[in-house]
Amino acid sequence: MKKMDRIALFFLALAIGVFPWGVGGNQYFISLLVFLGLNAIATMGLSLLMGYAGQISLGHAAFFGVGAYSSGILTTQYGLPPLLAFFVGIFLSALIALVVGKPTLRLKGHYMAVATLGIGEILYIVFNEVAPLTGGPSGLSGIPPLAVGGVAIEGTSFLYLVWGVAFLLLVFSLNVINSRVGRALRAVHGSERAANAMGVDAARYKLQVFVLSAVYASMAGSLYAHFVSFISPNAFGLMFSILLLMMVVVGGTQTIWGALLGTGILTLLPEYLRGLEDFEMMVYGAILLSVLLFMPQGVLEGIRRIGTRRKGQVA
Amino acid sequence: MISDFLSLEGLEKTFGGLRALGGLDLSVREGLIKSVIGPNGAGKTTLFHLITGILLPTKGQVYFCGRRLDGLKPHEIAGLGISRTFQNVELFAHMTALENVMLGRHRRLRAGIFQAGLRLAGMRREERECRERAIEELRFMGLAEKAALDALSLPLGEQKLLEIARALATEPKLLLLDEPAAGLNPRDTAQLSETILRIRERGITILLVEHDMNLVMEISDVVSVLNYGRKIAEGPPREIQRNPEVIAAYLGEEGNGAPA
Amino acid sequence: MTFTSQLIQYLLTGLTLGSIYALVALGFTMIYSATGIINLAQGEFVMLGGLIMVFCTLVLKIPMVLGFLVTLVMVTAVGALFERLAIHPLKNASLITLIIITLAGSILFRGVAMFLWGKDPYMLPPFGSHQPIQIWGAVLQPQTLWVLSITVLVVAGITFFFKRTLMGKAMTACAFNPMAARLVGINVRKMVLISFGVSAALGAIAGIIITPITLMEYDRGPLLALKGFSAAVLGGLGSPLGSIAAGFLIGLLESLGAGFVSSGYKDAIALFVLLLVLWVKPSGLFGSREESELKKF
Repeated sequence: MKKMDRIALFFLALAIGVFPWGVGGNQYFISLLVFLGLNAIATMGLSLLMGYAGQISLGHAAFFGVGAYSSGILTTQYGLPPLLAFFVGIFLSALIALVVGKPTLRLKGHYMAVATLGIGEILYIVFNEVAPLTGGPSGLSGIPPLAVGGVAIEGTSFLYLVWGVAFLLLVFSLNVINSRVGRALRAVHGSERAANAMGVDAARYKLQVFVLSAVYASMAGSLYAHFVSFISPNAFGLMFSILLLMMVVVGGTQTIWGALLGTGILTLLPEYLRGLEDFEMMVYGAILLSVLLFMPQGVLEGIRRIGTRRKGQVA
Repeated sequence: MISDFLSLEGLEKTFGGLRALGGLDLSVREGLIKSVIGPNGAGKTTLFHLITGILLPTKGQVYFCGRRLDGLKPHEIAGLGISRTFQNVELFAHMTALENVMLGRHRRLRAGIFQAGLRLAGMRREERECRERAIEELRFMGLAEKAALDALSLPLGEQKLLEIARALATEPKLLLLDEPAAGLNPRDTAQLSETILRIRERGITILLVEHDMNLVMEISDVVSVLNYGRKIAEGPPREIQRNPEVIAAYLGEEGNGAPA
Repeated sequence: MTFTSQLIQYLLTGLTLGSIYALVALGFTMIYSATGIINLAQGEFVMLGGLIMVFCTLVLKIPMVLGFLVTLVMVTAVGALFERLAIHPLKNASLITLIIITLAGSILFRGVAMFLWGKDPYMLPPFGSHQPIQIWGAVLQPQTLWVLSITVLVVAGITFFFKRTLMGKAMTACAFNPMAARLVGINVRKMVLISFGVSAALGAIAGIIITPITLMEYDRGPLLALKGFSAAVLGGLGSPLGSIAAGFLIGLLESLGAGFVSSGYKDAIALFVLLLVLWVKPSGLFGSREESELKKF
């Protein structure tokens, strides 16, 4: 990977490392950072799909939900070890992504967007309707926290676990981006026709990255289930799908760091708006609209451009 | 005359009511530079799309080195050793010149998502070789200093050369060039001419679609002329220039479209 | 209830639902015809129509006809403003950006609605009589007749607009080839603005007429938009008649499915239709395959 990536990784690790100490063990802030980490895992995958491969998914919350419900159901109702449930979730997400991905990724632009929206909605309905399994609208409770040797992983240790996973996935993603596969994805984004002409099996790569992004989301969902111990379908519906998408777009689809920045912004923003319950969604929408209108390349790119302009260079 | 190298037999393509190509027999002998010329709408780019699998023929077959091409996917055909450039340059945006050319090496590399993500040793060596080979191709096309620049930031002439470098990186047996001289000034065209000859020296067969008659007449070994989707003449450049049917076909066109 | 009366009940419900889907689908088609964009905020126009009408009737206590007009004007204005402020400035942006802009717009509208009206569903009194009518053992709400007749009127109006008026034909021309349209003197900018305005109006009408039956709340939009889009694609994007026919078809499928198979999964029916169409024949029932390949997507 590039030098900038290494530097950024270092500082990120540092920041996460000292964070719990910095906030004096305050569980509210630690939870916030946990959610940030979970969202980041999901948006990393989405960034690979949207930013690099140039596709779109408006239904990714569904894969998050598959992971969450797999972990939730298998650990509560069937007493399976969490690690096994984790992998079952990954397997299911991958399978669903494979099956719906093949016909959907052939579609262009708007059609793909709406198809993914539809898929997400269908899964949401399934979460609600298969009540004996998922608990339906009232949700599923009693999901055990992760534990090692009888000691529960909670609070700060869970923070490190989530970000440890996020880190590994980040390194993995950066490696993929800076490889033959990453080039192929970016080529498909640039010109699918030319990519095919140069020997890239565009359809196969699109599907692979779609499945990969679904797997990332599933991992995040599984961890989420063990963190909040109670899950309900509402967390995995359209709003969350749109939120994930917005995180990638607002931060900037150019790079994976953009997605991380966007995740940071959009995870922390609602916390600031929390006091203004009634205004929340409205302000949210207004801010998003403004970013899209004035910084369509995303905040990261926007910051970078202001930086180069200040140095007197032509932007 | 059917060639073992590339041969199109009875090739036909209709779009709805429009017949772009009708009953075309064309072959290309290995090691030669063959040009396909004809007035606009004669079906030349359609021809390329049919060879490279972007379009399926309505009738007829395409054979390459003993294998049947029609029905294969474009990326499979690329894997068999056919590469191309496009009429409107289709470089990859947000990628440097070097990265564009490195992409050409795609099929010569092996690393999949997991090898790449985990950065296993074999992959690193592969990447290094890929990079070196790509730089070589850039050097061959005279673009070595532009390697780190964003591909789309280059002037059009260099973009066209870059696209050729990318195609060469695939190690093709057959190179299809779709109007490589379009939009180039005379100096760039002369350089292009010389470059194409150097490509032939590497043992790569070239099939060229072009409107620039000077270029065509100067470098081609054989010229085929299409009109309304049919071949109306074929032979060495000198003969084609004197062929009355060819001249008649072009007289419908304005200005310097006609063979000089 | 006998089987026949059940069937009739479901058919009536299906036609009622279908009217709404048809109107929403028509809204999608109009904007698509003029701009090539899919407006993901279409459902919010319906929602706003219903809720603003509620405000007019129950809070301002103005007569229904006046309220109808006021609501129509207001929602049309919202649509036009949205186009001017959010769509027009980004007309050269990438497809993904445009999709997301309309998505952001829908969030904004929903947020405003939540702020103004909260999360509770609201009721409108039926336009005419409250007395349910008995038809062959099925119960027919008089409002259903209002829904159907107003829908028919709107459909007739829109069809006339597209087939007979110069502006309607101009709008179709814009979608096919904006450059050529401009060259023959069509003001493409105005067409785009009008298409958004009219789509918003169509959505508002749908919202107003359906609220007495199904109530209206702030987040009705997205699912409605999905189903409406489902109908628009099934009928062939860009084909107003296709949108209408498909809207009714999906309404009927949903109602029959809910009645005879399972009501929990009824929303999934329209979605399955959507996926089926997109995966198998994106040009829809009435669109031509070549045409859909020539267009932007």
